[in-house]
Amino acid sequence: MTKDQLWHLLPSFLGVKRWGVRIMLWYIGKRLLQSVLTLFIIITIVFSLLRLMPEEGYLGSAAEKMSPEQQEVYLTNLGLRDPLIVQLGNFYLDLLHGDLGTSVTYRTDVPVTTIISDKIGYSLLFGLGAVALSLIVGVPLGILMAHMKGRWLDRLGTGYIVFVVAVPAAVYYIFIQMYVTDLFKLPMLFDEYNSVSWILPLTSMALGPTASYAMWMRRYMVDELNKDYIKLARAKGVKERTLMFKHVMRNAFIPMAQYLPATILFTITGSIYIESLYSIPGMGGLLVDVIQRQDNSVVQGLVLIFSSLGIIGLFLGDLAMAIVDPRIKLGKGGSVR
Amino acid sequence: MGIFSEEISNISQKSNEKLFDFAVVDEQKAEQTGYSNYSYWHSTWQSFLKNRLAVFLLVVVGLIIAFVIVQPYLPFQKSPTEIYIDEQTGSQARNISPSSEFWFGTNSIGQDLWSRIWAGTRTSLFIGFVVALAEVVVGISVGALWGFSRKLEAPITQVYNIVENIPTTIVLILMSYILRPSISTIIIAMCITGWVEMARFIRNQIVILRDREYNLASKCLGTPSYRIIIKNLLPYLISVIMLRMSLAIPFAIGAEVFLTYIGLGLPISEPSLGNLINEGRVLMMSPDLRYQLIFPSVVLSIITIAFYIIGNAFADAADPKNHV
Repeated sequence: MTKDQLWHLLPSFLGVKRWGVRIMLWYIGKRLLQSVLTLFIIITIVFSLLRLMPEEGYLGSAAEKMSPEQQEVYLTNLGLRDPLIVQLGNFYLDLLHGDLGTSVTYRTDVPVTTIISDKIGYSLLFGLGAVALSLIVGVPLGILMAHMKGRWLDRLGTGYIVFVVAVPAAVYYIFIQMYVTDLFKLPMLFDEYNSVSWILPLTSMALGPTASYAMWMRRYMVDELNKDYIKLARAKGVKERTLMFKHVMRNAFIPMAQYLPATILFTITGSIYIESLYSIPGMGGLLVDVIQRQDNSVVQGLVLIFSSLGIIGLFLGDLAMAIVDPRIKLGKGGSVR
Repeated sequence: MGIFSEEISNISQKSNEKLFDFAVVDEQKAEQTGYSNYSYWHSTWQSFLKNRLAVFLLVVVGLIIAFVIVQPYLPFQKSPTEIYIDEQTGSQARNISPSSEFWFGTNSIGQDLWSRIWAGTRTSLFIGFVVALAEVVVGISVGALWGFSRKLEAPITQVYNIVENIPTTIVLILMSYILRPSISTIIIAMCITGWVEMARFIRNQIVILRDREYNLASKCLGTPSYRIIIKNLLPYLISVIMLRMSLAIPFAIGAEVFLTYIGLGLPISEPSLGNLINEGRVLMMSPDLRYQLIFPSVVLSIITIAFYIIGNAFADAADPKNHV
């Protein structure tokens, strides 16, 4: 974008000219409160539900050696015999200090925060890398498909989108790992210091979001191309390329802002597959591990982090939408997107 | 004045049958004047038939469903859960490549892959249909209440704004982690998350439709709300409901694969496509055994893609804008 265009966008970014700062702040505040409330509710529900789990998950490998009385003493010491409200209160107090409890079966007595903080970097790196890659590939693909609507490229792209959206990710991830590694002699497992081994996990993770970006971009472009102002511009003699880039693309980009957080959510689930397939030491692989070992406290910690990530993603998405699209109505109570 | 009134009062005496004849509908003549015998479902079906790929896939899906139901009763079928013993060696018939005896080979503990795949397809399709049905029923009920009742609108919206923020995957994982794996728990876990989108969709449509004049007229005539919803509003939504239902099936099948993959799926004694793919994945390092992964994956891909394309084609066909 040129300097001139950026200057043009500035007022809408600041949210100043169109409805004033106060409404914007009010909206942000309301939305933030909503997110915090949601997070609070989720944490409470997750915590209460996990108390319904069988208690072996807290005893770990020592369970067989203990007599029932010993088990009872152990569980009481852990605070699991207290009323749920007390447990919940203690949990929130700990949470405020950044303490998520200790692992039981995964790495015994290691704090959950330590386990997760070792892993979170990889997940974020891969997630954001995949989103970036899919933006770089998906958006131009969608534009090209809209441009060549009905021709072979459009059909090929549509086939790709249908395949990726319809077939469960696990299936094509496995096939990519199985055949592409043979084909290009790529390493099958992730190795931090071998940059070649980053290629496959990143590209497979980007396949899904690429398809959805291309799909939305194409749809909005086609919608936009059918509008009257485009016909007028054509009639005026605006060049096809200027038309595409200056008029259609800008308007088609606006609703895309909404899907960015959704794809970040998607990369979280995607990473569960990819991380365990390529043994990347990230949070997704960890989740699979601890679920299979029934380590309740780590599951709880991970679920909290995943849902917070999701909520932050949606919050930012709504914010981006409010800033980018001047037509959106803010502050109307009870409105649904 | 007097003359006219006399004429009018005597009008019945003057009339006789010769003055009247029956109106006959002639479609060809009628078409010239702009009459059309438009029927929504007929036109929908006509424009659906134009999409040859979708029709072909519809036939394929129909055949698969029929075959899956009939398959256990056909001759030469083996049990999906029985472990077969090799008669010569007396040990389990492990990892036998596809042959005339075992059509798709056997798995790593000697079960017949052919019958396991169809049993698995049956399970997965069953899960898909039940989840889709539950989604539609719950989604429509909540959505209709949400859109139609002004008292319930604000509270449901508030609840929705919170529920919508919870990542679906997390709910799915958590529910299946807490409930023990079985078909019913998997269905419950998926139903808990599935209906929200549907409800929102129905609500948005109903809000658009509810204040149209014909509904206002209905209301003034004293039609009860449930009748307005069922007779006046839902027919508008049928096509989209069908679309969402046909899309819910591949997503439910995919979710089952996902849950199995992370170790929260059905027990191995209960064959499903997710189970089979997961079993096959373990063996993928040895190229000779890859058939155990490829067969279920191909069946799964065909089913999910077919439902997806049929759903989309049907939605296009059901849109009156695309009718001639």
